[in-house]
Amino acid sequence: MLDQSKIGHEFPAFSATVEKGRLQFFAKAIGETNPIYTDEAAAMAAGYRALPAPPTFPMVLDMEGTELLPVLDLLKMDIARILHGSQEFEYFASICAGDSITVTSRIVDIFDKKGGALDFVVMENTYSNQQGDQVAKATSTLVQRNG
Amino acid sequence: MSGIQVGTQIPALELAPISRFTLALYAGASGDHNPIHIDSDFAKTAGMPDVFAHGMLSMAYLARMLTNWQPQASLRKFGNRFAAITQLQDAISCSGKVVELIERDGETLARCEIQAVKASGEQTLIGEALVVV
Repeated sequence: MLDQSKIGHEFPAFSATVEKGRLQFFAKAIGETNPIYTDEAAAMAAGYRALPAPPTFPMVLDMEGTELLPVLDLLKMDIARILHGSQEFEYFASICAGDSITVTSRIVDIFDKKGGALDFVVMENTYSNQQGDQVAKATSTLVQRNG
Repeated sequence: MSGIQVGTQIPALELAPISRFTLALYAGASGDHNPIHIDSDFAKTAGMPDVFAHGMLSMAYLARMLTNWQPQASLRKFGNRFAAITQLQDAISCSGKVVELIERDGETLARCEIQAVKASGEQTLIGEALVVV
């Protein structure tokens, strides 16, 4: 059983710049062919102020902190036994190249199932831009396989 | 107006089989450097048959299907659970359909059931999206 006293724990917020080259690399990695994700002129013609970050990109920003996922250290989880259980995003405004996004992350629940064979950690992250506007929110569940 | 109604199918997206190359690129581009997705020795030591795909790679494929269909600025909510592991050589298909139209805050939202499925028919991602129509 993971340490349930860590429910409510908030990790230090950090900021990450959304880089145009990173968005282009990400688009390549996911096989994206719509030019608005790689060609600035196409993005602007479609009404964006710069290349837009695709819908799952907030999770990429999570990885821009000091370590891969700080929750693993805090809860003494083993990266070799972690699976992603679920992921949900809510969107309030676009994230575009050049934005500086502040990421907050907190643990909202810790529980186990199957007599402790599976541990679950639920995280809630928020994403705010350089204007201080919240642009997205994410809820994710990590699962640790035990035994 | 938009012609979108309950039962409207989202045009499907068919992906090439997952390769080690796909996973290496995604690890680099996403910043998810968990070795379980790129280092076979590590994966085997962890009790897995081999490296396997990042769940978020398939979720990005689902997102591509959604933004091919409607502009990304119309996406209000998008989520899924990861129901099965996607292995090397699995060819994933993404599909979905509108199951409800909801009026909220002056907008009409299509609630869509979405899924990613292996060629065997096994569902890997099962989720939902809310899209302004």
